Amino acid sequence: MNPYLAGVLLGLVLLSAMFFSGRGLGASGGIKYAVVAIVGAVDHQHAMETPYYSKYFENGESPLKNWLVLEVLGMVLGGFISGAIAHRLKFKLEKSPKISNNKRALFAFLGGVFFVYGAQLARGCTSGAALSGMAVFSVAGFVTMIAIFGSAYLFAWFFRKLWI
Amino acid sequence: MGPLSIISELPEWLNLLIAFLIGIGFGFALEQAGFSSSRKLAGMFYGYDTTVLKVFFTASIVALTGSQLLSFFGLLNLKLVYVNPYYINSAIIGGVIMGAGFIMGGYCPGTGISALSIGKIDAMIYLLGGMTGAFLFAETYPYIENLALENYKGEMRIDQWMGVSPGVFTLILIFAAVALFWIAELAEKKFERRDITNDL
Repeated sequence: MNPYLAGVLLGLVLLSAMFFSGRGLGASGGIKYAVVAIVGAVDHQHAMETPYYSKYFENGESPLKNWLVLEVLGMVLGGFISGAIAHRLKFKLEKSPKISNNKRALFAFLGGVFFVYGAQLARGCTSGAALSGMAVFSVAGFVTMIAIFGSAYLFAWFFRKLWI
Repeated sequence: MGPLSIISELPEWLNLLIAFLIGIGFGFALEQAGFSSSRKLAGMFYGYDTTVLKVFFTASIVALTGSQLLSFFGLLNLKLVYVNPYYINSAIIGGVIMGAGFIMGGYCPGTGISALSIGKIDAMIYLLGGMTGAFLFAETYPYIENLALENYKGEMRIDQWMGVSPGVFTLILIFAAVALFWIAELAEKKFERRDITNDL
């Protein structure tokens, strides 16, 4: 799809979230709730003794019964539908032909660790902090957006062999 | 009158159903934009593909102007819409850590989920890393709690901070976006990499 048209579509989805639910979109938050639920299931005592986890169990319900978790599940279905229409459904490890599968896998993993750690600190990722924040005039949204993209440009030189 | 879930006090199941439907739209839009490809996303930082900038700024302007129009016609009470609180230190440091993750992994969490939904194995590994990152954050939180809470500025708004009206700020952002789109189109010509973009 034309990128500007895709941008309009994404903007309308964000506007719907504001109109129906009084909030923006999110992604890293859904990942956090999944981790909270896993820790709660694997080591319930640890989850109850750690304030960071225990606050999500206070109302007695599963941390998975949450707006962001359902939204992320919907994302998987929506992406799947789009991929099916565009004939893009395929199991594939995407990488530059100049690097090995293991190297791509290692940096994909590390990238995830860094990104979501940073997103927890900044209270949102590109979706929840930057995009949704900018749509409600939040200074935090603009600052986070500039910090994410500025830092990625700064580090781009060091990781150029992964991509070009 | 919106936000519907707050004003009409919708039951929880309906709120969660709305979340699921909005998620379908979100995932569909990201995949349609081409964000299910890490090499396309990484193009943003090497100039050969600037789709990220075009989609990102178009979307924020549509939501920004759309919400003000709805508010102007009395259809949406913007005072009830969540405004992200501003913690200066954690917004900047968190953002810088995210940028490093972006260039290493090629995805942000939303685009990683989009890529996972069409079967990208690198995105699945990225999201496993993401879950590890969230776990590490929770476990190290006591050590960084001060950093996370420092320099709190509340729900600070950029139009008020600049001393202009919401409408004027929106106009400034639209002009800035058009200038950035122009630079982005030039960059795509200057840093063209047909060997990469033809594969995407």
